[in-house]
Amino acid sequence: MEAYFNLFVKSIFIENMIFAYFLGMCSYLAVSKTVKTAVGLGLAVIFVLAITVPINFLLDTYLLRPGALGWLGSDYASIDLSFLSFIMFIAVIASMVQLVEMIVEKFAPALYGALGIFLPLIAVNCAILGGSLFMQQKDFSGVTESAVYGLGSGIGWLLAILAIAAIREKITYSNIPAPLRGLGITFIITGLMALGFMSFMGIKL
Amino acid sequence: MNAKKSQNKPLFFFVNEEKEALFSKKNRALLKDPLDDNNPITVQVLGICSALAITVQLKPAIVMSISVMAVMAASNVIISLLRNLIPNRIRIIVQLVVVASMVILVDQVLRAYAYDVSKELSIFIGLIITNCIVMGRLEAFALGNGVWKSFLDGVGNAAGYGFILIVVAFFRELLGSGKLFGLQVIPDAVYEMGYVNNGLMLLSPMALITVGIFIWLQRARNRKLIEKN
Repeated sequence: MEAYFNLFVKSIFIENMIFAYFLGMCSYLAVSKTVKTAVGLGLAVIFVLAITVPINFLLDTYLLRPGALGWLGSDYASIDLSFLSFIMFIAVIASMVQLVEMIVEKFAPALYGALGIFLPLIAVNCAILGGSLFMQQKDFSGVTESAVYGLGSGIGWLLAILAIAAIREKITYSNIPAPLRGLGITFIITGLMALGFMSFMGIKL
Repeated sequence: MNAKKSQNKPLFFFVNEEKEALFSKKNRALLKDPLDDNNPITVQVLGICSALAITVQLKPAIVMSISVMAVMAASNVIISLLRNLIPNRIRIIVQLVVVASMVILVDQVLRAYAYDVSKELSIFIGLIITNCIVMGRLEAFALGNGVWKSFLDGVGNAAGYGFILIVVAFFRELLGSGKLFGLQVIPDAVYEMGYVNNGLMLLSPMALITVGIFIWLQRARNRKLIEKN
């Protein structure tokens, strides 16, 4: 239990998707003008990350990594399909996003309305594919661990976009040098926030 | 650039472009615009993730730019060839498959011929698939334009992307470790006078701030890019 909690905290704060790895920056910059839309996108990211990371973990364990096909019989144990992982992961992500979209539309129309166009966009959010690729590198021991990691990274992402959206809403009232307005100042603020988040690196878990 | 939808009839290959010289003014603009006025990173805000994460040193930045250029040029050409065959509803999946195959090729080539760099770039080669710069240009350009133009657009945008990558990596490596391409460029004498490398430049937040300053300088020079708000 403790190990899961450590992983959870670590994936939210220490290995924050945005501040430590810059994953999902494109939508982070594009959709952070108001808090409301930022929360919508953040929730969708949590949702999709928490689903796709464990699925891709199973795929990696039983299909892709060297020797993963061993359960079919000893003849297959020498097969290494890991070069297919990019295409498999992105296929899973694209189809899961589609599926999630349909389910949400059917059973939670209010949530669907709130998430709106963000759901389909998530297929090409690098934070999602990045989550799966990091999962592959980290050699998790079980499906629960990868699910915790997916959930934690998603929450970290939501935290980051929420913070920048709140700052950007306030910053419209300040007098910024014209060439810095918009994108420039957002970059610099994100840099300062990332510096702040680096203080979490000292925590040993 | 989206407005420049060509009025091509559904034709393949170069048929409709024969009237135009290979490097006509318009085509040169396709190559040149992304370097400044329409830079994918600082103006279109595409492909930021990888631009920030791999700019600690020049070498990986250059390898990354070349990989992105190869992927973009190839996938732009393929999608442009297929553009009249792809049903509109499933175009995202088709684009993802094409891009993913190109990225797998690049990844395998890098692993075979430049293993160290490929280790260093780790997951960021794979992330070219979801690099919005590739998908963005496919959507906005290759789906509606001829093969040669799409090729130029891919190369041009990748060059604009690479340009930022290399500038940021240059300053980060120079100020952060006093080296370029891993070779020391700041002479020992300077260190003896008390100069110290700025270790902060090596940390990831400085990538964001460097790009922010770059955007500031670019917009101060090119005032039509300034945002309203």
